This record gives sequence, C-alpha cells and structure tokens, in this order.
Amino acid sequence: MIYTACIALFVVGLYGICCKKNLIKIVLGFIIMDYAVNLFIILIGYRKNGIAPILDKTMDVNKFALNSVDPMPQAIVLTAIVIGLAVTALMVAVCVRIYERYGTFDITKIRKLKG
Amino acid sequence: MERYIYLILLPLGGAFIIAALNAAVKSRDTRNITADILANLITLATAGIALTSFGINGSYSVGGWPVPLGINLAADGFSILMLATVNTIAFCATLYSINYMDQYTSKRHYYSLFLLMLTGMNGVLLSGDLFNLFVFIEIASISSYALVGFGTEAEELEASFKYMVMGGIASTFILLAVTILYSSFGVLNMANISQAISVSSQTPLLKFSLFLFIAAFSIKAAIIPFHAWLPDAHPAAPAPVSAMLSGVLIKTLGIYTMIRIIMNIFAADVSILAPLGIISIMIGVLLALGQTDMKRLFAYHSVSQIGYIILGISLGTPLGILGALFHLVNHSIFKSLLFLNSGAVAYRLGTRELNDMGGLNKVMPITGGTSFIASLSIAGMPPFNGFFSKLIIILACVQAGRPGFALWAVAGSILTLSSFMKVQKFAFFGKLAEKHKQIKEAPLMMSISVVILAVLCIATSLLVLPKVKNIVLQPAVDAVLAGAEYAKIIR
Amino acid sequence: MNDEKKISGGMSEVVKTVCNILEGFIFVFGCYIVLYGQLSPGGGFAGGVILAAVFILIMLAFGKERILKIMPRKRGAFIEALGALAFLAVAWAGLYVSGIFFKNFIPTTAASHFNLMSGGTILICNIAIALKVMAGLFLVFFVLSITRVVLEGDKLKMVKKQ
Repeated sequence: MIYTACIALFVVGLYGICCKKNLIKIVLGFIIMDYAVNLFIILIGYRKNGIAPILDKTMDVNKFALNSVDPMPQAIVLTAIVIGLAVTALMVAVCVRIYERYGTFDITKIRKLKG
Repeated sequence: MERYIYLILLPLGGAFIIAALNAAVKSRDTRNITADILANLITLATAGIALTSFGINGSYSVGGWPVPLGINLAADGFSILMLATVNTIAFCATLYSINYMDQYTSKRHYYSLFLLMLTGMNGVLLSGDLFNLFVFIEIASISSYALVGFGTEAEELEASFKYMVMGGIASTFILLAVTILYSSFGVLNMANISQAISVSSQTPLLKFSLFLFIAAFSIKAAIIPFHAWLPDAHPAAPAPVSAMLSGVLIKTLGIYTMIRIIMNIFAADVSILAPLGIISIMIGVLLALGQTDMKRLFAYHSVSQIGYIILGISLGTPLGILGALFHLVNHSIFKSLLFLNSGAVAYRLGTRELNDMGGLNKVMPITGGTSFIASLSIAGMPPFNGFFSKLIIILACVQAGRPGFALWAVAGSILTLSSFMKVQKFAFFGKLAEKHKQIKEAPLMMSISVVILAVLCIATSLLVLPKVKNIVLQPAVDAVLAGAEYAKIIR
Repeated sequence: MNDEKKISGGMSEVVKTVCNILEGFIFVFGCYIVLYGQLSPGGGFAGGVILAAVFILIMLAFGKERILKIMPRKRGAFIEALGALAFLAVAWAGLYVSGIFFKNFIPTTAASHFNLMSGGTILICNIAIALKVMAGLFLVFFVLSITRVVLEGDKLKMVKKQ
C-alpha cells in the first residue's frame, strides 16, 4: 500500500521514456524513473514508530538497535543518487551537442543511423 | 589474495593521475606522451597480474570487517578466467590506441575514460557483494557511454544517446531487483543470499526479481530482442573502444553477471535461455548478410556469437558450459582482432564502406593476413580456436538430447562463413582501386597489437589439451556448475 | 542588448549585496556538514553539493569573470582529480600500514567517541569526496552554461560566450 507512489512514479517515468518524442522529455522520464527506485529503497528501511539512526551519547546501543529505522538503505540511496546525477549530466551534455548537430530535439528527425 | 586489489586500484589511480596531468603539465605533446606511457604501463601490469593468477581462489574482506557486515572481493575459477581475458584485450587495445587516437583531440580524456572502464570491469568480476556489483556496473557503463560518443560527430552522438537510454533502463532494473532481494533477506552479500535462497521457498517476489535481472542483463548483453543499441553504438565508437565494447564489455556486464545471478545465487533452471540463444544466432547472422558497412557487419556478428554462448550455457551440462566459456574467450580475441583491423583500414582509407575498398592485401599485408586468420576463426575452420569451441557446443547439444539446436548452430556457422567470405572478397582480395595505390601499411604499434592477437588466436586452440584445460578452463566450469556451493568460498 | 548585459554582468545590485553577505556563511555551513559527517547526517557528498552551490551562486550573481578568477577550469579539474587521488591514497595506506586494504588505521579510544576525531580515516575520506564533488558539480554546471548554440549563417554552431 505504501509502495503505490513508487510504482506510479516508475510507470510514469517508463511512459516518458517510451512514448515521448522530445529528447529532453526522455531525459526527464529517466530521472523520474531513477528517483522512483530511490524512493522505493528508502521506504524499505522503514520501521513503524522508529527513531532516526543517529546514536546519541545518552543512548544504550541495544535499545537503539531495536528502535531505529534501517540505516543501510540510506547509504545505498546516497550512492544511487550520485549515480543518477552522473548519468543525467552526461545525457544533458549529449542532448546539447545533438542540438548543435541536428538542429532539433525531435527524435523522429534524428534518424541518420538506419538498417 | 592482495594481488586482486591492484587490479582495481591501478587503473583507477591511473585514470585520475592522467586527468590531473592536464593542469600540472603545460605542453600538449608532453601530456599526450605521458598519458600514452602511463596507460600502457598500467594495462601491462594488470594483464601480467591477471595472467599469472590461475588457481588463486579465495575471498578478501575489505577493511577487515567480517563478511555479513562488510563487503568482500571474491575470486573463483570463472572470475579468474574472465579477468585474464579482459586485461589481455585491454592491453592490446591501449597498445593500438597510441597511434590510432592521434586523429581525435584530447587523448588524455580518452585514456582516463578507458582506464575507468577497465576499473569497472575488473570490479564487476571481483565483487562478492550485490550492491558493489551494481556500482561497478555503473562505472563501466557510464565510461562506455562517454567513449562511444567520443568523436563528437552527428551519428556518434545519436548512437551514444540511444545506448545511454537503453543502458540506463537496464541499470534501473538491476537496482530494483537488488533492492527486492535486500528486502527479502536483509543481507547484500552474494554468498549469504545464495545460501538463504537455497533454504527458502520460491515466492513470487523472488521470481519477479529473477525476471528483472534476466531482462536487465539481456539488455546489457545485447541478446535479441534487446539488441537495438548495439549496431549503432559499436560502429560509432573509435576502433579500440569498439574492440573493448564488443570483445569484453558485453560479456562482462551481460554474460558473467547473468551466470552468477542465475546459476550461483538463484540456482534456477537455465533452459529458459535456450530460445533466446537460438534466435540470436539466426537473426544476428541474417541481419548481417545485407550490411555494407564493415563495422556494422561485425557488430551484428557479435549478436550472433553471443547467441552461441547463451546456447551453450542453457544446456546446463558440463560439456555445454565448457564450450560456452571457451567460445567466450575465443570470441573476445577474434572479434577484437576484427574491429582493430577495420580501424586500421579506416585510419588509412578514411572509409568503412565495403563497396569502396578492394585488393587491400597488396598494400596492407599485415592487416589483410590477420584479418584472414580472424575470419577463419569466427567461421569455425580448423586449426583455429573458433572451430574447437563451436564443435564442443554442437557436440554438447547432441549429448544433451537436443539435436534440433545443433542443426540451428551449424546453419548459423555456415551463414557466418559466407558473410565473412564476402568481407574478405570485397575488402582484401580483388582489384586494387587507383586511388588506393599509395596507401601504406598501418603504423607500428597498431601492427604489433594486431599480430599479438592473431598469435593468440592460434595459441588458444591449445586450450583443449587436457593439461592446459585443467588449469585454465576446468576450474571455471566447476565454479559455474557448483551452483549454491558458491557460498563455500567465504569459508 | 539588455540580454547581453545580463549574460556577462550578472544580476542586479540587491542580489549582489545579499550574495556578498551570504557566501561566507554557506561555505562555513558546508564545511561543518563535511567535517561532522561521522556524527550527524551529511558527509562527503552532501557537504560537497553545498560547497558547489556557493560557487554556482557566485557565478549566477556576478557573472563569469569573477568566478574565472577564483576557480578557472584547469584548477577545478586539478582539484577534482586530487580529491579522487587522496581517497585512493588513504585506501592504499590502509594496505601499507596494517595489511588490510581500506582499513581504518587511525586508532580511536573509548574516550574520544562522539568527538570530531572519532572516525579515524573517515574524516580524510569525507574531505576528499567533498573536494571532488564540489569541483565536479561546479564544472558540470559551468561547462553546460557557458556554451551557447547560435545560428551562424544557416548552420547551428556552438560558441563559448565570452
């Protein structure tokens, strides 16, 4: 139930990649799909009525381990966000260069490679 | 076991030292020469380490943290075989690019990206942890997206964008599948997950994640019907990058990871891959018959030969896997050789169209001779290595009780032979055109690397001898067939 | 003509004054997030993004000339590679000092928990990553924004707007 938003975002992103004709909209679809997976990863680590995974001086370690949300997905998501950023930056740079060569962002006109 | 760390550390450090040279050194020629020398020394060192490590298995916990808490590097027979292949081809490709990349600008950026791609591939082969595998897959993929569009002409950028979008979708699927596995089991280590799956029941969630993995790795390995990026991306890249992409990248990111996930972690039934293999063989060859662009023809043949490897694996018998792994090594060698030769022809002539060439054997004997050896290897003629690996796959099909597959494989082989005879006739034999009479042979470094690969073509057919096979190929087959016993590597 | 002035000169006086006041504070805040990465949320990447935001803010408010005096392209590329090499040097030093790759070889005692120096090599790694992210993000933004595609004759051409 809580993952409905993730699945909806993922499908919207996939629709953007498959069905849109503008290069920039394809890049946006890819970004949305990436963030949908990141949201899914964060939501997996949730524990009901859990506390943030920061250890205080006054806290007992065992009680902390029983109460906190899972910190591992947060580390995974940090890396995944960086990777998404790198791919996005590269895509946008290639899009700008394609505009210089072809004069358009429309993928039905960028069709020099055939066969 | 520490030697495997240097396989990741050396190329990564080299990539950033070459990038830092940009600001520290003033003159452009010094920068290029230093980048050349440094990159070649690094790939020579990694090739040396990888080729002398047969038999050193084990797992290494990075940072001293014990296994379920920390990540580990794990090397078994299969990893070691692929490491030797990848690093040897990388060394030949960097040797080749000393001369070839003079026609592009900013050679140092090329070497940085190339060494990053090599780091990513070495990391994929050595990682023992699922998320670590994903990160290294991304490092290798992003570097290859940038390398495909390196000479920024119109067609190369279009090919790079197409490759980027499809590769990005595959990476997102991999991340989703890794997350589903983490949420089911709570650990990310490959050995622990494989033990946990072997004692748990097959829930639909696990089947969904297996399906996502197969789809993602099929896109990365360019199996029909996910091959659409490959005929555009491989011709558009510079020739040594095409050799690396078609020779080792699609195998490391596609075939190696698929075998690890399906056979060692999930221990599932592999025969679902058999139809994909057969379709890849036939459609790849049929689409290649009508091409006139040399590199595009080679790219379609890559799709077809990957079909042979998938067919061998899907049989599941020891002989089938032996044939598949042997064909994997062989295909790396002769496909890289073919792409490097086409690069030499393009370097001297300036064109890739088969109809414009003719009679090049008279002016470029080394290129013509090595290309002839590679064409005979890929078509499966004795005594070259392609013959032995295809023979083992066909025999394994018959032995596993599926003679129909063997017939399809033989038909594919005959069509491959005809296609390459066409290439040889159009490009190298025949009449030499007037405008090509002044062409010289390819420069020295390019010729040396091409000759090394041609010698390896003949030398790897010695891998069928029992004594050599037991050191090199048999540990790989045992590691793949061990299935869920992969966990024993952690001790 | 107004567009020309805007692209090369930056923004209005209000923006420039506020930016002059704020950039120091944002920089210190970014450094705090980097250095306390082992005790509170943040760390190398988040702090690096904030530090990059300082440079992007200067570039947006004042224009290209001022940022090219502080961080020209070559210096940015060098800092970026330096960050990555520092990270690798720390990892290799773990192997050299104590025989295990990437090991945390700076000893910490129980008395120093929850202090700044309680993480060992994590502190150095955070700083290295912050350097790389700061230089990398700023360079990506800079390169994407200074090149423009203009119509020259009847062909499109990419020019570096000086």
